[in-house]
Amino acid sequence: MSGDAHSSGGWIGASLLRKEDARHLAGKAMFIADVRLPGLQDIAFVRSQIAHGRITSVTKPANSQNRVFTIADFPSLNVLEAGPELDAFRQSPYPALASEKVRYVGQAIAACIATTRARAEDLAELVEVECTELPVVVDAIDAMSPGSARLFENWADNAYIARTISAGDMSLLKNAPIRLRRRFRMNRQATVSLETRGVVAYWDARLEELVVHLSTQGGHVMRLGLARALGLPENQIRVIAPDVGGGFGGKNRLLPEEIAVCAIALKVGHPVRWIEDRREHLLASVHCRDHHYDLTVTADGEGRLLGIEGDVYIDAGAYALWPTGSFMEASMAAGNLPGPYRVKALCVNTFTVATNKAPMGPYRGVARPGACFAIERLVDEVALHMGIEPYELRKRNLVTREEMPYVTVAGLKLDTGDYHDALDTAAAMVDIPAVRRRQAARKAGEPRIGVGFAVYTEQSGHGVVEWSKRKSRVVPGYESANVRMLPDGSVLIHVGVQNHGQGHETTLAQIAAHELSLDPSQIKIRYGDTATTPFGFGTFASRSIVFAGGAVGTTCRRLAEKIRLIGAHFLQADPKNVHIEDGQVVSQNGSVAFCEIALAANIRQEMLPQGMDPSLDMTGTYEPAESAGVFSYGTHAVVVEVDESTGGVKILDYAVSEDCGTMINPMIVDGQVQGGIAQGIGTGLYEEIPFNADGQPLATTFADYMMPCATEIPTVRITHSVTPAKVTEYGVKGVGEGGAIAPPAALANAVADAFRDCKASFNETPLTPRRVWDAVQLARASERAAS
Amino acid sequence: MKPSAFEYGCPATLDDAIALLGSHGESALIAGGQSLVPLLNLRLAPFDFIVDIGRIAELRETRDLGDRVFVGAGLTHAMFEDGVAPDPGNGLMRKAAANIAYRAVRCHGTIGGSVAMADPAADWPAVLLALGAVAIVRGSQGERRVAMDDLLVGTYETSLRPGEIIAGFEVFKLTASARTSYVKFNKKVGAFATSLAVIVHDAANATTRIVIAGAGPRASLLPATAAALAIGIGTDASIATELDALMPETDAYLRHLHQTTLSRAIGEVSGA
Repeated sequence: MSGDAHSSGGWIGASLLRKEDARHLAGKAMFIADVRLPGLQDIAFVRSQIAHGRITSVTKPANSQNRVFTIADFPSLNVLEAGPELDAFRQSPYPALASEKVRYVGQAIAACIATTRARAEDLAELVEVECTELPVVVDAIDAMSPGSARLFENWADNAYIARTISAGDMSLLKNAPIRLRRRFRMNRQATVSLETRGVVAYWDARLEELVVHLSTQGGHVMRLGLARALGLPENQIRVIAPDVGGGFGGKNRLLPEEIAVCAIALKVGHPVRWIEDRREHLLASVHCRDHHYDLTVTADGEGRLLGIEGDVYIDAGAYALWPTGSFMEASMAAGNLPGPYRVKALCVNTFTVATNKAPMGPYRGVARPGACFAIERLVDEVALHMGIEPYELRKRNLVTREEMPYVTVAGLKLDTGDYHDALDTAAAMVDIPAVRRRQAARKAGEPRIGVGFAVYTEQSGHGVVEWSKRKSRVVPGYESANVRMLPDGSVLIHVGVQNHGQGHETTLAQIAAHELSLDPSQIKIRYGDTATTPFGFGTFASRSIVFAGGAVGTTCRRLAEKIRLIGAHFLQADPKNVHIEDGQVVSQNGSVAFCEIALAANIRQEMLPQGMDPSLDMTGTYEPAESAGVFSYGTHAVVVEVDESTGGVKILDYAVSEDCGTMINPMIVDGQVQGGIAQGIGTGLYEEIPFNADGQPLATTFADYMMPCATEIPTVRITHSVTPAKVTEYGVKGVGEGGAIAPPAALANAVADAFRDCKASFNETPLTPRRVWDAVQLARASERAAS
Repeated sequence: MKPSAFEYGCPATLDDAIALLGSHGESALIAGGQSLVPLLNLRLAPFDFIVDIGRIAELRETRDLGDRVFVGAGLTHAMFEDGVAPDPGNGLMRKAAANIAYRAVRCHGTIGGSVAMADPAADWPAVLLALGAVAIVRGSQGERRVAMDDLLVGTYETSLRPGEIIAGFEVFKLTASARTSYVKFNKKVGAFATSLAVIVHDAANATTRIVIAGAGPRASLLPATAAALAIGIGTDASIATELDALMPETDAYLRHLHQTTLSRAIGEVSGA
């Protein structure tokens, strides 16, 4: 049964100010580096200076007993199998500290502890590491050539896995009148959460447990990984995630440093911590994107898309991260290539390739920014080829409302929505005819103007069906909530998801307030401690509002029913004739406040109806009625100004028309869209970690890594449509990732639009000034050659 | 990313600072710390001793010298941006200051620190070179005057001798009819310039200077282009020749970018 979103209270759909903001604005939040414990010592890692080598010796400085650790000091640590549970997926054992080999610049080799981080770094400088250098693998495509050096000697080639994803009738493509081949590249970047990773760990002798303060997106799953790596039972590990300053996917993997810190804590008998610094973050934290596409699109004479064929290479770096590695990048990239279009056939060879770079992990949007970039650029290239408006070509190919639910050729079931309406709305917001008039009126020497579109879908709230299809090692098919009404009538709710900026303390309280007919201020949402919260998978994959929202909603509904029954008993009324309203149970003849009911249920059981169990404490799990996922969607439209002489791109207008189903808190939805777009603009225009031929990363500080800041990010204009999902509570869909998916495609299309006259093609992100200038020079040169 | 241990001194006067600087081994000056602190943290610049000149009042002095203005080396970018410090460059210094990095950096970073650091793409070396400024340098041997063109040597390299401190700069006052331009292109707001062109064109003083930063190891004067501009003839050929000398390696994009910033800067002072 779905709750009615429009009953009394009106908390669902209210733009409440976020409960968590007061402490953040006052600087009173508690992040990992704010955790202070008596006797705490800092850890600094000795990291590999080279991309690929065999370690011949690690020499500890004199008198550094119990202060410098290598993998030899932890013979009982387990190396976790990671990646999907598929025989075809090759294992890449990733020890907590390097043993035998180093496979990327920045891989941790030794850990040093001292009373301050600076002293720990002093110690680290004294550790001598000797390696025999090995040939370096830096390019994912070259890595698959037969002569390439290999990262793992027992692999036949450098692919973690290679798979062909094929669907539909390929024979339709044979005589297609339009056939265009394009290569696309979305370069490697970092996840760059404001708070870097961090761990504080110590052995609690009283409780006989390892306490781990960890900046993570999901403490329960990390506890499982830590338990397996350390060989401890799970009931002897407590993971606490305090305020988490952004994760974006990067904090949803267990990284070797985190295991090493825990192993050291077990050895030394006092609290130890490691706070990742920004250089370490850019060097050796989760890297992301790094997709290469070589695709051929076919279309009929009317511009109806027929098929997509080609190769997708994912440069996955040196190791698969626990639990799932980056295997989903390839399958999701291929699966999302048809986008929301009526593509008839798909045949894509995917290669997830090991290279001598930091391991790849998930990042907001996972694979879809690359897939969206590829398909949306291809749509514009077909339109350019045909000489029609890209908007018009999209209209000819987009799935219509009448066709919903529509199963794409790749098997994704687009459930609800009006994709044409989103496109039309975004087009009206940026006013295509006005842009065309400005372009026509442009005088020589003035900057060029371009308008670009990108349509995206965002699978969210997917559960058992989808994750088991992906052979995921952990199947996040449900979430849980524990709802308690305390004797005074106040409500405490523990959830297994992990807020890292999503506003759960507010939105989940709104849902509980809606079900319990209370004010959200009477409800506290708690999370982030495996000792107190019910099991949950954490916050990622745009899942929390669907899963945790559903768990809170359905569990509160059960609790409300018990409260109602007790109230009816108090009122001596037939339960059929009472309802809850504003914190009371109300009958025709009177009312009784929740606080009286809560008092009775908790500490005055003699007042309860005969045979009723005491307490108001319920735990429930929730999964949506269908677990293939519900799809948020939208269209981004951007107007840019391009300076042809410098290659500089400036965003003049950014409009979004989106539909994420029922919005619990529209202000928070706006924040998610705006924040996602900020990161999408980073991918599209700025962020990149290039590597030289020796595998050395060339952007390891913010001097070289161009992070967009407030000055680079426009205020986005957003229009919402609401098509409630049919299979979730309240009709919600996830919204965390959508903002980050479409911007690279929309921006590249806008820049290409500015250079329609010379048909310049912008197929590699970020669109740095140099790349823009180069692409225009190339187009002009081929124009000259043709004339 | 924490520095190795160093000793720290915080003298109250320039003389004390000079004395301290001479009394220790590998020492470095810190003013605003916006470049030095990251280098220390990355352990790229190991120093035993850091002399903090951030609290020396005389480094924040300004003096009107008639045809010139003395600006202390310890004045921050924000002081120029906010008009608290004088601008004999008719707004050029204020404009440049406002475009350095971010406001947070500008509140700490100093004009003297920027020049002493000598980043090839920094704003102040280029602007002061275009203004024909003279650095007033103090050391244990006394004071000497060094023209900006002699002070700048290479990437992070100046002609300052060990133990010397830049006390400030003497900057000639431009006439009311002087025109200046400052055209910077960077990858994003706050980043160092990929190309920076600065021009001071003061016909009444028969002075025209054109500076390019980002091409080569230091900000450079383009005298032939300046001469062409001064007599009102086309500058494209001289720009090409002078850029050839500055950047012998072929990088079509950078080459074109420098031509662009220079042409635009010339356009601005020419009123085109």
